[in-house]
Parts: sequence; C-alpha cells; structure tokens
Amino acid sequence: MRENKLRIPYYPGCTLKANAKNFEVSALHSMEKLGIEMIELPRWNCCGVVESLTADDKMRHLAPVRNLIRVEEMNEAGIVDDEFRLLTLCSMCFNTLKRSNKFVREDQENLDLINDFMYQEPDYQGKVEVIHLFELLADRGFSRITEKIEKKLEKLNVAAYYGCMLLRPRNISIDDAENPNIIENFVSALGANPVNWHNKHRCCGSYHTLSNKQLVVDSVKEIIQDAQKNRAEIIITSCPLCAFNLDQRQKEIKEQDDNFRQMPILYFTQLLALALGLGKESFGFDQNYIDPEPVLKRFLE
Amino acid sequence: MIKKIIIDSEGNKFLEKIETISGEKITSCDQCGVCTGSCPFTDNMDITPSNVMRKVQLGQKEVLETKTIWVCASCLHCMTRCPRGLDLSKVAEALRQISLREAIDNFDIDQIDKEETKKLPPIALVGSFRKLTG
Repeated sequence: MRENKLRIPYYPGCTLKANAKNFEVSALHSMEKLGIEMIELPRWNCCGVVESLTADDKMRHLAPVRNLIRVEEMNEAGIVDDEFRLLTLCSMCFNTLKRSNKFVREDQENLDLINDFMYQEPDYQGKVEVIHLFELLADRGFSRITEKIEKKLEKLNVAAYYGCMLLRPRNISIDDAENPNIIENFVSALGANPVNWHNKHRCCGSYHTLSNKQLVVDSVKEIIQDAQKNRAEIIITSCPLCAFNLDQRQKEIKEQDDNFRQMPILYFTQLLALALGLGKESFGFDQNYIDPEPVLKRFLE
Repeated sequence: MIKKIIIDSEGNKFLEKIETISGEKITSCDQCGVCTGSCPFTDNMDITPSNVMRKVQLGQKEVLETKTIWVCASCLHCMTRCPRGLDLSKVAEALRQISLREAIDNFDIDQIDKEETKKLPPIALVGSFRKLTG
C-alpha cells in the first residue's frame, strides 16, 4: 500500500533563497524521497532574523506573526489539510518565529495588540506550531530515514553542531538545552558515527562576522579544532549563519595559521541527500567553500 | 560594620529605565558569576557580564561606554544557566537601545567590504543592522 504523503507548510526565509540554496534544494529533494511535501508559504516575509529583546517595543513581533497568519490562511484555502505545523529549516527563522509565536499565544493582550495593529490582515488565531525539520524527522522516527537509506555512511565521523538558535532559550529548545542528542541520533540513522565533543552548542559569533570578523575567526577556530580533536571529518549544521562562519572563515584562519587543517561544513540535509542515494544536483556542494568531496569520496562513487 | 550603598536618584532612574526596556528584574541578580563563566566571548569584553549587571544595579551609567554590551551576541548561554532566571541578553539589548534610540550607531555600514557582501548571508547583514544600528 502506498504511504500517504505528508503535506506541510514550509517557511524558507531569505538566506535559503540566496547563499544557502544548497540547504533548500537538498532538503526539498530529500523530503520528497521521504514522502514529505514541503509547501512554501504564499507571500512570506522576513522572520525578523533576531528576536526582539525589548519589553517596551512590541513592533518587532509584527513580521514573524504575519507569517503565522499565512499558515492559517493556507488551511482555510485548503492548500493543506488541517496542518498547522509550520516547518522551518533555518535555525534563525525557527528561533524568531517560535519565540514570537509564544509571545502572542501566551498573552492575550499581546495577541490583541498585534492583531489590532495589523487590522488589514485576518486576525491571527494562535493555531500555529513552529517546528524545525529535526523535530519533524524525530517525531516520525529516525528509523524511517534508515529504511530509505541507499548509501550507509559507514565510518564517517560527524560532529553535530547545534549552535545557539535550536536550543536557546530553553523554552523553545528542540532538545535538552545543555545536553542535546537529537542531531547525533539523526547522524546515527544515516549509518554515520556522531562524535562526542564539547563545542557543539558554543556560539560561532553570529552577526559579528561583519563588524568584528576576528572575534568570529577565533571562535570558529576553537569550534573546528575541538571537532577535529574528537576525530570528526565533517561538521553538520542547520544554521546558514553558522554554516557561513564555520565554512568561509576558515579562509582567514588558514591565512593566520598555516598549520590549521581545513574541514568541510555541511548542511545536515546535504548529508541526508547523500545517504538517500540522491544525485549531485541535490547536494549543491558548489556553494560550499571547503569542498566536501574529498572527504566524502568513498560515498560519491 | 554595616556598609550602606546609596544610589542617587539619577542612578536609580537609569536602573529603572533599563528594567523597563529589558523587562528584567535586574536587582535580583546575586552576582554569582555563572553568566561570566558561561560566556564564550569574555576575552573580547572589557568588563564581565556579571559586572555589567552590578553596574546597572548601582545605576552607573558608564556601563554604556563598555565594549561588553556590543560584544554580547545574545547566544543565551548565560540565560540558560542563570539561577535567577535572568536574561542578560535583554539587559545588553536595553543598554544598546539607549544609544540606538538616539540613532547613534555602533557600526559604520560603509566599512563593509563590498566584495564580501556578495557572499554574506542576508541574515548576517540584517542581524548586524538590527543589533548595531539605530
């Protein structure tokens, strides 16, 4: 019997349409193979990127909440069938959307204020659950990935990098905020070997990559060397800003320290696409700064 | 001998203002230092995160001149571990807002390497503008 396809609203965010196209394409193709249809939100707008941290200025919650209205509209229009989960891939989008959702869902006054301000929009009814792809895959059971694997990534040592946005604050975390293992379980499902390391949720330096590059270079060096010390061959992540910093800033690290050993940084969906036996067009390795092909050579043939 | 610290009315006003913007009860900080121990960027700071909390408690406005409040990238390691449940990222944001609300930027957009903007993810640009410019 043919398995029913899951159709779920999906929020891409700006970076997946620009520097992280390889993240989106690898996710879309992998999910297709796993029987999940990601349906892009119509008329989505910026998630806000960084969560509003001021108590006296609620304006910054408008952008994220407006996206949540789109999910309720999709259900009303029958584009999806009673599916109020909003799927995110980018860790930063996940964080801002989920936190703003909490902000309005847990306080009627906030919800009324935001709805009143956006009087030209339908009211947000608070029905949406913002989830990350890791959560969706874990809820369905990682064993369902294992069943579909065509290339077991045997003996590949993978460092699971969580960064900040999937875990903190605690009340939106996809796993235990201090001792998570959801990404390690994902890695195991692919037949690969998750390494045990210390810096898996250390901040990479985030947006300082523009104004304080050296801070990011130092932070990334520490993260990568910790992964290497624990014998990782690649690092996987779900945050396009972490991915940029961890990948591209290796150029500066190498310039400053010739002994530094560069290593590939992948989106977790790129690794998934590889394990599912998809073709090169689903990997998008050309957008990676450090070429992952030498390390993954034994799985690419 | 019991020592008494007296905070003048201007200092008190400053404390209240930061508590209003941040929504955090800054006076409940015990100065245990867990935030400082958890922060990955203390090497780049001039004063420690717990020291920022103390200065705000005492209404010492010179905290606005520190590098620390701009280095904080809201990674929330401190908040995850604070035994008082305080969110220091909100306090740092409130302190930054004092300048940003007067349109005093901490980052010159013209300094961005034009070649690099082609590679930079949009979230890096928007994140920087949101955090460092008014």
